[in-house]
Amino acid sequence: MLNFLFRRLLSTLPVLLIVSLLVFLMLRLTPGDPAAVLAGDAASTEQIAQIRTSLGLDRTIPEQFFIWAGHLLTGDLGQSYYYKTEVTTLIAQRLEPTVSLAVITITLAVLIAVPLGVMAAWRFGGWLDKGLMGFSVIGFSVPVFVSAYLLIWLVSLKLGWLPVQGYKRLADGVGPWLYHLTLPAITLSLIYIALIARVTRASVLETLGEDYIRTARAKGLPEATVLMRHALANAAVPIATVIGIGIALLIGGVVVTESVYAIPGLGRLTVDAVLARDFPTIQGVILLFSFVYVMVNLLVDLSYVFFDPRIRY
Amino acid sequence: MKFSRRLAAVAALTAVSALSLGTSLPVLAQGTVLRVVPHSNLAILDPIWTTAYMSRNHGYMIYDTLFGTDENGKVKPQMVDTWTVSGDNRLYTFKLRKGLEFHDGKPVTGDDVIASLTRWGKRDAMGQALFQFVQRMDSPAPDTFRIFLGEACGFVIEALGKPGSSVPFIMPKRVAETDAFKQIEEHIGSGPYVFKRDEFKPGDKAVYTKFAKYVPRSEPPSGTTGGKNVYVDRVEWNLALRDAQAQVNALQKGEVDVIEALGFDHFATVKADTTLQMPKYANFGLQYMARFNHLHKPFDNVKVRQAAIAAMTQEPFLRASVGVKELYKTCPSMFICGTPFGSTAGSDIQAKSNMRKAQALLKASGYDGTPIVIMKPTDLASIQKLPDVAAQLLRQAGFKVDLQAMDWQTLVGRRAKKDAPDKGGWHMFLTAWQTFDVWNPISNPTMDTRGEKSTWFGWATDDKLVELRNQFMRATDEGAKKKLADQIHARAFEVGTHAPLGEYMQPMAARKNISGFFVTNGNIYWNLKKN
Repeated sequence: MLNFLFRRLLSTLPVLLIVSLLVFLMLRLTPGDPAAVLAGDAASTEQIAQIRTSLGLDRTIPEQFFIWAGHLLTGDLGQSYYYKTEVTTLIAQRLEPTVSLAVITITLAVLIAVPLGVMAAWRFGGWLDKGLMGFSVIGFSVPVFVSAYLLIWLVSLKLGWLPVQGYKRLADGVGPWLYHLTLPAITLSLIYIALIARVTRASVLETLGEDYIRTARAKGLPEATVLMRHALANAAVPIATVIGIGIALLIGGVVVTESVYAIPGLGRLTVDAVLARDFPTIQGVILLFSFVYVMVNLLVDLSYVFFDPRIRY
Repeated sequence: MKFSRRLAAVAALTAVSALSLGTSLPVLAQGTVLRVVPHSNLAILDPIWTTAYMSRNHGYMIYDTLFGTDENGKVKPQMVDTWTVSGDNRLYTFKLRKGLEFHDGKPVTGDDVIASLTRWGKRDAMGQALFQFVQRMDSPAPDTFRIFLGEACGFVIEALGKPGSSVPFIMPKRVAETDAFKQIEEHIGSGPYVFKRDEFKPGDKAVYTKFAKYVPRSEPPSGTTGGKNVYVDRVEWNLALRDAQAQVNALQKGEVDVIEALGFDHFATVKADTTLQMPKYANFGLQYMARFNHLHKPFDNVKVRQAAIAAMTQEPFLRASVGVKELYKTCPSMFICGTPFGSTAGSDIQAKSNMRKAQALLKASGYDGTPIVIMKPTDLASIQKLPDVAAQLLRQAGFKVDLQAMDWQTLVGRRAKKDAPDKGGWHMFLTAWQTFDVWNPISNPTMDTRGEKSTWFGWATDDKLVELRNQFMRATDEGAKKKLADQIHARAFEVGTHAPLGEYMQPMAARKNISGFFVTNGNIYWNLKKN
């Protein structure tokens, strides 16, 4: 197990290296000039050239890469061209809103979707099952910004229960924090509820046809025990995989939700950085996303051992 | 069962109340907070280093200026109390108002002014123009400074009071001595608000608190002049709220107080809402413009440029981009209608044009069918429809058009390239300017026609225009300046520097409990009260 863990951790290094190299090259090869962005609309060509020099963008691409990689080895992600702030500071400022939103969303999704999926499998072909399938189609099909605006209109503007936008940090109190994140989390969780519920249903449905389920029922175990202890436990591996992927996707993929609800998270930071051609920030956040993906995948793999003792590394 | 439901309902209500209470407590502790949604994100905190309007607006919050420009475009003293000009117009002596103090408690002195002007003069186009004439500056007394000119020029006061981008804000000497090509690290001014650096979160929030020791002028506020009275304790710029629909939702719900730039699509919604208002804050709006690249075929040919100007009449652009009739007007002046130098001289080629004339002009120009590369920004709602209109009108006139879509920042990077259009360059782009950046021949960047030495993209070449502009800089008589401005305007149309595409007002929206709005011709947050 430890050997597996060590090998997996070691394998993140080439992944991160390749990702950083690709991102670095792609950014330099795409059109757009950070110096022109910084200089403003009324700036002269001379001013833009001066800014380009001051940022080191007049150096060759290999030269720029080795300077950046050298700093990276010391844990320095560089300074944002746009915000003139350390990239690590920017990421640290934006991490809390995104992680908060991701955690609440995935918690909400799991708490709703897993029982729903189990129930739908248990009552296969019944109204609950059909209802869940219908909801899944809607959950997948309706874009996040549409459900966001609809929820804002109903919950915030008509009923006045929750705020339209904004984020309060945990340091301001759990109440304000939850108050501001509830609606964005509900919006975002719709897709994940649909996804996790479908996978849970399919997975549990498969296990419900197994011999050991029939045996458990024959032994006279209560149906709840059969479902939770035998069916769900054996169906957990694909569900854990989907939840893991969901968490990883949430960390980097909440751009629309963050925009509509004005949450200053990593998604918005990434979009702003791309629009401003803020190379150090883009490189920094993509490295972070890659790291999160690798780590979440590792945790998902490790969780298999917990759910299925037959799996060994 | 009934008990459980009741208990759940009570628990839910308690939770919602607790959550609501939790959000209101910090606001109470902060006094009156004006919550503003600015037109863009604030990233760069040095308003001299960049020409970005957001940085300029940040500058107006925390810095003061020597002179300001009132609602009608007239320059008036602000930090300056009195001033004299020598008979030969070569020595300007300024005395500062009493009680001017920086946020760190130190008095504003002539040395601070000199250092600030010196740095500004290295960055701003108008500042650079002024410093061609400045021989030296000194401060004979702490509250006095003098500008010695090598040769008389007629725009010293206009330059010091300019309200467009790169405003000559006054900073402490130690800050202003920062290399003009590096950003400042300290953000201390003597303006009506103090910047809360510790609360600034890029892309999230910028906070300004009232500077209690600020001594406002006694005159009523007008433009960037007059009394900068502050009636709120704190101004918060919401930098995260950038979705136009979400902005309106937040305003309707009362979560923000002011939207600086209301989208045209939401004009009717806000107008119909009795809890909201759209205060008049500007006499002059913005100007759309199409800029040609004069370096390459076919726009190196003046006749082709004239044909393009004749084809691009203003109404179609305004209708497509703004849409709300009461917010736009056609205006043949490159220097904005109604401003001191607003002129119509030479504008008939566009103002009295029609498509037949444009077609005839193009035919006579010898246009060889080179496709016109128009850069179209896809992510900037305020101008993204303009290139489509331009493409259609130019096609109707007989041009071949290659409309290339890209995001604004790609466009901004590409327009700085002098390469041929088929090698990564361009022929034409369209943009919008705030009035005070284009309202006179010195500040208007398109009037710089020194070819590749020009400070702005497009690199127009015309020696006669250069000469007229030089004469304008040296003219000290208002009548002579106006006459020269007319000549410059006529010449600019004659050589086809660019095409003005009409003027529009960007509406501002606010809740009804906010009062004290006045004509600022910009985005300024003093004099406002929150009831």
